[in-house]
Amino acid sequence: MAEFSRRNTLKLMTATLAAGASFSLLPRKVFASGQITVLNWQGYGTDEAWSLKQFTEKTGISVVHDYYSSESEMLTKLRTNPGAYDLVVLNAARCAQAVAEDLLQPIDFSKVPNAATVDETLRNNPNFSNDGVGFAVPWVWGMTSLAIREGKPKPESYKALADATYKGRVAMDDDAIINVGIGALMTGQDMNDPQDLAAVTEALKSIKPNVKLLWSTEDQWNKSFAADEFDLSVFWSGGSVRSKRNSKLPVEFVVPKEGAVGWVDGLGIPATAPNPEGALAFANWLIDPAFYVEWATKVGAPASSNSAALNSLPADDLSRQVHNPDYLKTMSIMSALPDDRREAFNNVWQEVKAFYAE
Amino acid sequence: MQNDQLALAQTRGSVDPRVKRPLPAWVSTTALLLPTYGWLTLAVFLPLLTMLGFSFMSATPMGKTPVEFTLKQYRAFIDQPYLLRIGFNSLMMGFWTTLFCAILGFLAAVALVRATVGKAREALLVLILLPFWTNGLVRVFSWTMVLRENGFLDNILHMVAPDAGSISILYTRYAVVLGLVHGYLPYMILTCYIALVTIDDAIIEAAASLGARWWTILYKILIPMAAPGLISGAVLIFIPVIGSFMEPRILGGRVGVTMGTVIEDQFTQAFNWPLGASLSFTLLAVVLAIFATFSGVLRGRTAG
Repeated sequence: MAEFSRRNTLKLMTATLAAGASFSLLPRKVFASGQITVLNWQGYGTDEAWSLKQFTEKTGISVVHDYYSSESEMLTKLRTNPGAYDLVVLNAARCAQAVAEDLLQPIDFSKVPNAATVDETLRNNPNFSNDGVGFAVPWVWGMTSLAIREGKPKPESYKALADATYKGRVAMDDDAIINVGIGALMTGQDMNDPQDLAAVTEALKSIKPNVKLLWSTEDQWNKSFAADEFDLSVFWSGGSVRSKRNSKLPVEFVVPKEGAVGWVDGLGIPATAPNPEGALAFANWLIDPAFYVEWATKVGAPASSNSAALNSLPADDLSRQVHNPDYLKTMSIMSALPDDRREAFNNVWQEVKAFYAE
Repeated sequence: MQNDQLALAQTRGSVDPRVKRPLPAWVSTTALLLPTYGWLTLAVFLPLLTMLGFSFMSATPMGKTPVEFTLKQYRAFIDQPYLLRIGFNSLMMGFWTTLFCAILGFLAAVALVRATVGKAREALLVLILLPFWTNGLVRVFSWTMVLRENGFLDNILHMVAPDAGSISILYTRYAVVLGLVHGYLPYMILTCYIALVTIDDAIIEAAASLGARWWTILYKILIPMAAPGLISGAVLIFIPVIGSFMEPRILGGRVGVTMGTVIEDQFTQAFNWPLGASLSFTLLAVVLAIFATFSGVLRGRTAG
């Protein structure tokens, strides 16, 4: 749900631009290098008209799009339409699943020069690579961690959520996976596979005297924070940038020593892609500083996996300050969860919520 | 009895040589009922049946996981005992909301019936229905602005008494019940109004002329005669309230966990439709049991 909302926000920001510009693209020139088909969420970076124009002028490759509205729909489209897509945007968790089903082909990183400055930890993430072979170019990333009101003491650990200083001043994200992840980090466990769920439950229950509310949308978070209802919260990195930039809220994003709960979207090439060369060229363009700076400053974008692109942003750019690449070292990336574990996580969070409500 | 008469009319008709032989009675009855029952089957019965089917499955039948028949979803209340507490809280929330709606709704309906001067009644009716024209979500969000710290209520209080503390009740059970009463009150007013408007003024005048005080009139005449309205209003309110999830989520904050939010989470977040369905049917069974227990009492009241 968290990812969906994040994308929705991006969608809103780019919808007007994309809708207006798509008409000017209609008389598409067909060059010798042909065309590629990209499968992505609508309005999520790859279909910016100005970017496609620049890319086509540079390489002669024209880009067409097909969209999905859920990650399971994306996998279904890959399974049922072989040969239809050249490049697909997919979350790290789904990437592992697609690789396991032989839906993706290995990436020839020599044809993606910009990937040289892509962070190592992202490139070697087990969801993206299998036996040292990369199956996706990491594209953009973001974090869920803590947000604190400016002027309040910065939390150094997730244990601060249960600290008596914040009595009745904490807001939690109403999301089972995120909260179990944070409970696991509080108790020093692997976020994706905590062995001691009872300890996670206890850690989350210990926050009870501090919990003022559970938020489920960014809008709700902004309204409650503006009304001074809480000081400390579990929140999204991108959300904190938007709250500070657009709503001028006094919020600071903090990643405690246990590290953030992270997500990464990658660019994969389907095993049956008709034009993998073109797709690699487009992937290279999508992590290019020239593209990223324009996307991030004009439209608004998550953090680029390419540190060179992230560092090309103006030094006072909020997104650049929040998405410090140092955080990547401690960040745990959300992996695909087997059904029984997902169910167990949901039950933990329901039990904790029932305890909060007593 | 009715069928006999129809049959009689039919035989008479067939004797008359000028009249064409009419269709048998059951054909026209079926034809008249078909659209309604067809629609009910399509829109209510089939979806319910599908959900009942879901509630016996081991997983949502949309992924790759094999789906098996299981009864484990119905053991949720045993496996996850905290659900019992949530269920009890939801029933209490339904009880208080219905009680406040009954008191306020009955009084409003009496006022409405008594308002006989000119167009006063029409104007009052419109005022009561007016909140129905706005979206429920908007109404609930406006309550958050009124109830929160430094909200509307707090500001008014601080104008009078600047040093007083906050009287914010946002994120408490009171706020949830308040929001629910606001949302469901019109149902009670309308059902009570329909019951009260049928009472002949002459009865009340007769009682008064025989020396009955207002409270005697209220307890001996108005309430018993409006009982059908009160009961149908209570049923209309109690059932949706114990399954409500929007008001508790927005106004309840930390304490806003109800059966409604648990079920909604199963459908929207956990993607565990079978558990959501089985919880819904368990809730339905509890509601039916409650109404079955009280139906004798209720029937006695309506007859009286």
